[in-house]
Amino acid sequence: MTDRIKTWLLPGILAAGLLPGFARAATPDASFAQHKGGTLKLVAASAAGTIDPQVNYTNQYWQTFINVYDGLVTFRKTSGKASNEIVPDLATAVPAPTDNGLTYVFTLRKGIKFSNGKPVTVADVVASFERIFKVNNPNAGSWYKFIVGGDACMAKPAACTLPKGVIADAASNTITFHLVSPDPEFLDQLAVPFAVILPADTPAKDMGTVPVPGTGPYMITSYNPQKALILKRNPYFKQWSAEAQPNGYVDEIDFDFGVTDENAVTAIENGQYDWEFDPLPADRLGEVSTRFPNQVHIDPLLADYYAPMNVNIPPFNNKDARLAVNYALDRQALVNIFGGRNLATPACQILPPDFPGYKPYCPYTLHPGTTWSAPNMAKAQALMKKSGEIGQKVTVITDDQGVDPALGTYMASLLNKLGFVATTHVLSANIQFNYIQNTKNKVQISVSQWYQDYPAASDFLNVLLTCGAIHPGSDSSINISGYCSKTFDQHVDAVLKTEISDPAKANQEWAAVDREATDAAPWATMFTPKQLDFVSKRVGDFVFSDQFHMLFSKIWVK
Amino acid sequence: MSLTSEDGARVAAEPASGPWRAALRKLVQNRTAMAAALVLVLVVLACIAAPLYAKYVAHTDPFGSNLDGQITIGGKSVPVMQPSPTGLGMTPIGPTWRAQYFLGADNQGRDVAARMLYGGRNSLLIATGSTLICLALAGLVGVVAGFSGGIVDTVLARALDVLWAFPVYMLAISLSVVLISHGLKLGPFTLQADSLLIPVIIIGVVYVPYVARPIRGQVISLARSDFVLASRCLGVARRRILLRDIVPNVTTTLIVFAPLMMALNMLTEAALSFLSIGVQPPAASWGTIILDGEGLLYTRPMVALAPGIAIMITVVMLNFLGDGVREAFDPRAKLRVKSDR
Repeated sequence: MTDRIKTWLLPGILAAGLLPGFARAATPDASFAQHKGGTLKLVAASAAGTIDPQVNYTNQYWQTFINVYDGLVTFRKTSGKASNEIVPDLATAVPAPTDNGLTYVFTLRKGIKFSNGKPVTVADVVASFERIFKVNNPNAGSWYKFIVGGDACMAKPAACTLPKGVIADAASNTITFHLVSPDPEFLDQLAVPFAVILPADTPAKDMGTVPVPGTGPYMITSYNPQKALILKRNPYFKQWSAEAQPNGYVDEIDFDFGVTDENAVTAIENGQYDWEFDPLPADRLGEVSTRFPNQVHIDPLLADYYAPMNVNIPPFNNKDARLAVNYALDRQALVNIFGGRNLATPACQILPPDFPGYKPYCPYTLHPGTTWSAPNMAKAQALMKKSGEIGQKVTVITDDQGVDPALGTYMASLLNKLGFVATTHVLSANIQFNYIQNTKNKVQISVSQWYQDYPAASDFLNVLLTCGAIHPGSDSSINISGYCSKTFDQHVDAVLKTEISDPAKANQEWAAVDREATDAAPWATMFTPKQLDFVSKRVGDFVFSDQFHMLFSKIWVK
Repeated sequence: MSLTSEDGARVAAEPASGPWRAALRKLVQNRTAMAAALVLVLVVLACIAAPLYAKYVAHTDPFGSNLDGQITIGGKSVPVMQPSPTGLGMTPIGPTWRAQYFLGADNQGRDVAARMLYGGRNSLLIATGSTLICLALAGLVGVVAGFSGGIVDTVLARALDVLWAFPVYMLAISLSVVLISHGLKLGPFTLQADSLLIPVIIIGVVYVPYVARPIRGQVISLARSDFVLASRCLGVARRRILLRDIVPNVTTTLIVFAPLMMALNMLTEAALSFLSIGVQPPAASWGTIILDGEGLLYTRPMVALAPGIAIMITVVMLNFLGDGVREAFDPRAKLRVKSDR
C-alpha cells in the first residue's frame, strides 16, 4: 500500500507545487550510484513474436523496445497524466508545425551512437521511415501514408522512397517532414516504437529473431522465443534526456518465457522473478493482495477487452446476430473472470473511460443509458430469432494465456445459449493475435485486447475500424472484424480535420463516432481492465506510465 | 487320464474345448483381471449415466458457464464464484461433498463432478475408437506385409520404420495442430475441426507401427511354421492358409494388445487435450478438465486431481486386464512367466 500511495500521490503533490524542488531528479546521481546494477528478472508465459520494432505490435514488446530504441520524439518516461506528454528524444526539440500543419522540421541531436558504435545520422532517419513501408508496418496505411510519397510506398513497399516526404539535410543536421494533409496526431505517431530510428543498413525485411541495433540504454543480446530475451547495457549509451530516455538502473534485463502465470506468481513471491507480464490468475489475486500488499500496484489502463466479430462471413455478417451477442453478454461475469470489480469495469462502447472523446454510452444492457447493468437475454433471443442464424456453427478463437481461455470458454457458452453451435479453439499466444487478423483464416469471433498507442480517440476508432486498417491475407490487418463503412470513414476523416483546428469540438465529434461504431456492433466490448503489477520484494521505484506501463529503466533491484 | 507337462510333472487333462473357450475360462479365473474389469464396467456405467447425474442429482448444465450462480449449503445461499475479501480475484467453490458441486466448481462455475462424468465418456470413446482403428490398421498392414513378403513387405516395413522414427507425441501434436485448425477434407470425406473423430484418428494412426511391427514378425514366423508348410505341401490355397492358419493366430495377439493400447491411447488423449489440441471446449475430456484445473492448482487442486485420479484408475485397471488377457490368450506369455519363476 505504501508503494501504491507513493506512485499515485507523489506526482500530484509535485504537480500542485506543494513540495517545490523535491523530486527524485534533485539527487539523481546519488540515487543512481546507490541503486545501479543487478539483473531485472522478468517472465512471461510466451514470447510475443518478432523483435523487429517496426513490425511488432504487442504491448509486451513495446514495453521492452522503449529501453532499446529511440525515435525523434517520445512520451515522457514518468507516471500519471504527464506520461502522455511528448518530449524530444533524438531530436533536440519538439517542433511546431508550419505551412498550415503540413511541415515539421526536426534537428537531430549530435553525438548519439547506435549499439554497434555507428553514429546516428539524418540518413538513418530517412531510411527508417522508408523501412516502415518496406516491412509492411501494421499501421503504415493508417498513420504514415500521410507523409508525402506514402501512398506510392503503400502501393509498392519494396521500392519505397520518400524524396519529397522526408528530406534530410546533413549540413544542418535536420530532417523535414512534409505531409499531404495536416495530421494532429503526427507527433504521437512519431513517438511510438514503430517510428524508432534504426541504422540505414538494416535489412528491409522483418528481422524476426535477429536483434537490430538501437540507441537506448540497453541492447538486445540474444532472443530465443522458446526461452528468453536478454538485454544488456548499450556500451555507447550516454543519457541525453532523463525524461526521454533515462539511464536504466539495472545492468541486465532477462525476460524469460515459458512460465505459466500460476508458477510465475509463486516465483515472484519467492523472489525468483521480479515481475510477470501476464495478468495474474484470478484465483491468486486474493492471496497476493492479502499477503503482499506492498508489492501490488494497481493502475488504470486505457484499454478494451473485446470480442471482434467478423462482419464479412456468416454468421456475424448478420447485424442482428452481432447485436444479439452484445445484448446477451454478461459483462459482470467477464469482469469476475478477469479478477473482480477492483480490476475491471463492464463496458459497452469502443472508447475506454477517461479517454479523449469518451462519453459514457451503453445501449446493450437491460436499461440502456450510460452504464451497463445486466444482460438483456430476452432482446438477444428475439434478435437471434430474427437473424435466422440459430444453429450456425461458430468457433471462438482465443489464446492460451492468462484469463483469455476462460473468456473464450465463456463466449462459447454464451453463443450456445443463444442458439449457435459454438466451440472454442485455443491457440498459442505466440500466434493467436496474428492468426485472428489474417482474413485467410476466416475467424468468426475471437477474444482480443487493445491498449492505446497514444491518447487519441482515433487510436481506437481510426486504427481499428476503418477500411484502411484492413489488409486482406496479411497477419497485420488490425481491423480484425473487417468492418468497412465509407460513411464511417468519412466521419472519422472529418473529425481528424476538426482536431487540427478545434480539439475540444473534435472530442465531441469523436463521441458521436464512438456511438456510431458501437451501434454498428462490429465488436462485443467486454470490459475496461486495470493493470495489476505484482513485483518482487526487492523491486524499488515502481513507475507506471499510461503509455508503456511499468518502466523497466526506472526500476532498481539493489 | 493324465498327461506329462514340459517339466515332467503329471497334470490332469482338461476336458476338450476350443482355444477361445479355454482362454476365456482362464481369463474368468484370473481374479485380478476380473476385478479390473468390474471397476472398468463401473467407470463406463458411471460415464454413461452422466446426463442423468447432471439433470437429477447435480441439477446443472456442465457445459454452460455459471459465473453468477448461487447454491444453498446448510440453509445459506453461497456464490459459486467466491470473491476475495480484498475485492481482488474470484475463487470457485471447493468440494461440497453434496449432490451439487460434489467436487467443487471450475473457473467457469461449472460442476466438476458432472463434467468428470461427461469427460469420461469422451475419454473412453476416444481411447476405444482409436484402439479399434489402430488394431485394424496394424493388423491389416502387419498381415499383408508379413504374408506377402518381397517388395510389398519391404515398402510397408520401411513405411512403418519412417512412422516409427517420429517421436509419437511430436507426430500426434503436429497432426492435431493442423487438423484442429482446418479440419480434414479427403474427397467426400469431411471432418469438422471440432470433431471427436480427429483425435480418434490421430491417436489411432500414430500407434500403428507399435502394433504392426510385432504382428508382421509373428506372421513371418507363422508363415514358416510346420503347419503352414504342411498346408502348402498339401496344395492348400494361399488365401485359405491366410484366413484359416494365419489370421486366427494373429487375432489373439491383437486381443492381447487391445487393453494395453487402450490404456496408452487414453493417456495420449489426455495429453493432447491438456495441450488444447485434443477435445475442443466446451466438450470435455479428462485431459481438458485437467487443463481447466491447471489454473486452479494452488487454490482448487481438486479440479485437476479428480480427472487425474480417474485416468490413473482407468489406466491401471486396463493394464491389469491387459495382463490377464495376455496370460489367457498368449501361451508364450505363460511360458515366459513359468520360465521366469
